[in-house]
Amino acid sequence: MNLATPAAPATVDIAQSVAHSPGYWSTVALRIRRDKTTLFFGALLLAIVLIAIFAPLVAPADPYKTNIIRRLKEIGYPGHPLGTDQTGRDMLSRLIFGGRLSLFMGVTPVLNALVIGGLLGVLAGYIGGKVNMAIMRTMDIFYAFPSVLLAIAISGALGAGIGNAILSLTIVFIPPIARVAESVTTQVRSLDYVEAARASGASSFRIVRVHVLANVLGAVFVYATSLISVSIILASGLSFLGLGTKPPEPEWGLMLNELRQAIYVNPYVAALPGVMIFMTSLSFNLLSDGLRSAMDLKS
Amino acid sequence: MSRNEMSKATPLLSVKGLVKHFPVGKSLFSAGTAVRAVDGLDFNVMRGETLGIVGESGCGKSTVARLVMHLMGVTQGEILFEAKRVGSNDLSLREFRRQVQMVFQDSYASLNPRLTVESSIAFGPQVHGVTRKEAVEKAHDLLARVGLEPSRFAGRYPHELSGGQRQRVNIARALAFDPKLLILDEAVSALDKSVEAQVLNLLLDLKEALNLTYVFISHDLDVVRFISDRVLVMYLGRVAELGPAEAVLGQPTHPYTQALLASVPTMDPDHRTTEAPLAGDPPNPINPPSGCRFNPRCRYAESLCSAREPQLQGIAAGHSAACHIAIPGSGHSRARAALETA
Repeated sequence: MNLATPAAPATVDIAQSVAHSPGYWSTVALRIRRDKTTLFFGALLLAIVLIAIFAPLVAPADPYKTNIIRRLKEIGYPGHPLGTDQTGRDMLSRLIFGGRLSLFMGVTPVLNALVIGGLLGVLAGYIGGKVNMAIMRTMDIFYAFPSVLLAIAISGALGAGIGNAILSLTIVFIPPIARVAESVTTQVRSLDYVEAARASGASSFRIVRVHVLANVLGAVFVYATSLISVSIILASGLSFLGLGTKPPEPEWGLMLNELRQAIYVNPYVAALPGVMIFMTSLSFNLLSDGLRSAMDLKS
Repeated sequence: MSRNEMSKATPLLSVKGLVKHFPVGKSLFSAGTAVRAVDGLDFNVMRGETLGIVGESGCGKSTVARLVMHLMGVTQGEILFEAKRVGSNDLSLREFRRQVQMVFQDSYASLNPRLTVESSIAFGPQVHGVTRKEAVEKAHDLLARVGLEPSRFAGRYPHELSGGQRQRVNIARALAFDPKLLILDEAVSALDKSVEAQVLNLLLDLKEALNLTYVFISHDLDVVRFISDRVLVMYLGRVAELGPAEAVLGQPTHPYTQALLASVPTMDPDHRTTEAPLAGDPPNPINPPSGCRFNPRCRYAESLCSAREPQLQGIAAGHSAACHIAIPGSGHSRARAALETA
């Protein structure tokens, strides 16, 4: 207390002398708070993520416990609110647990690609010239293949499994993220404030850290958010083809595949994993749209 | 200080034979050509003076600014600061950049939108090893100096300021290094007239108080006349006319300077400009006209003008022009005979 007393008035002085206006990010947060669509889908997404994280606490039954007698029960069957699958496992519990793998396999490749692709793109954009040429033309090679085919080809070559599926999806997402990062960096680099920073004698590393990254990452981040929805669909697709997760793991894409044969017996239950994939990727998409417009402060 | 004393002293900035060509159309299949943005430019800037550089858009004014700042490499020529070559052992580029700063035209694009005003101003000194705390203190001093109350403005972001306020911040940012020379590239052109006048007066006050030297680049002749001691008229990357402001803008010798002055709208209804003194755009700098570069648009052009390029010719003390008319005995019908001036 004795030590703190002399220092306290000085801090107050500074706080009073400079009236800090709300920063960029708090202004963005304010704008999102007024955007009902983004708020709603943000909340929905948060709910899906929280339920997946706390699956063992939320799920009413064991997602692996089969019951041959109660196979393919309809929605609303006593004890199984969302029915059962082809081996009599509780659908609700499987959908809840399935969110864990599906979200993990959707988000991880994009995060990996954000780091690698973002770095490559900023490098290419800031240095320009031959480095840009080398990096971006390499990225273009990947563009020659449709993303779904590329993911299947890489996963197929590496063999089935979660790790390989994530690796193949990472490779698929690096080029588009690098391209966005490169184009935004090229734009930012030619702005006068970067010139002014160069004229101040600052090192390239410092200029990138202080002046370039903050103005590039926002746009790249928004783009990456929109890729998560694609990633979830692709990851589910890989599992559907048997290249991602293996039975009996609950994963939305794999569940969709396994329930495919039951589509005439119990179509509503068979469609449920698809509904989850749809809702999640829609939420990611609309959230990224909302972020994009909230971050564009000039409008 | 008389002009004679000034010419004896070493110039603060000396530009010799400056050339900048931008390659265009170069590809695997063709050798390409070059835009001759700056094509052999010489000038000196004396300590304490303001040199105005005027010319149409595209004549290479801004390229000169960026070349002097070493934001782009020169194709040819050298830039001396206090008689020392920039980048040599005597004067490192880093040290040069501490002494020479620049204010850009676009006040919004020249401030990082994610940094507060004080952080933007404090960035430069921090690069040169000043602690964050000292740099911020300095930023507050400078804000007060350029007429922005630090307690109100230091924490603001660029989008919360008006154009004039932002340009004041840019000036403060440039001054954060205690530079000797300030390059103002169209620094007031984007501001409206009343704000422009305020910023110009601020620049004059700062120059007085901080012993600054200005290179003032603008297309606005009235503004250049107001602020400059000497004026350099550029045409297609070359000097057309150079001299004291009152001489160049008062009794212009080069037909281009005359045409520029005639194109300024007059306030006197009895002296309306009836015909356009300068028709068309400047010629393509990829392929400049032969002889005098101005000859296709010049009202006094003769066959001599497209045959031979005129060199800068002294007319009076410190006043020179690159025109055959100004060269005695050049053969131009309006030029004086050689003997008369000898």
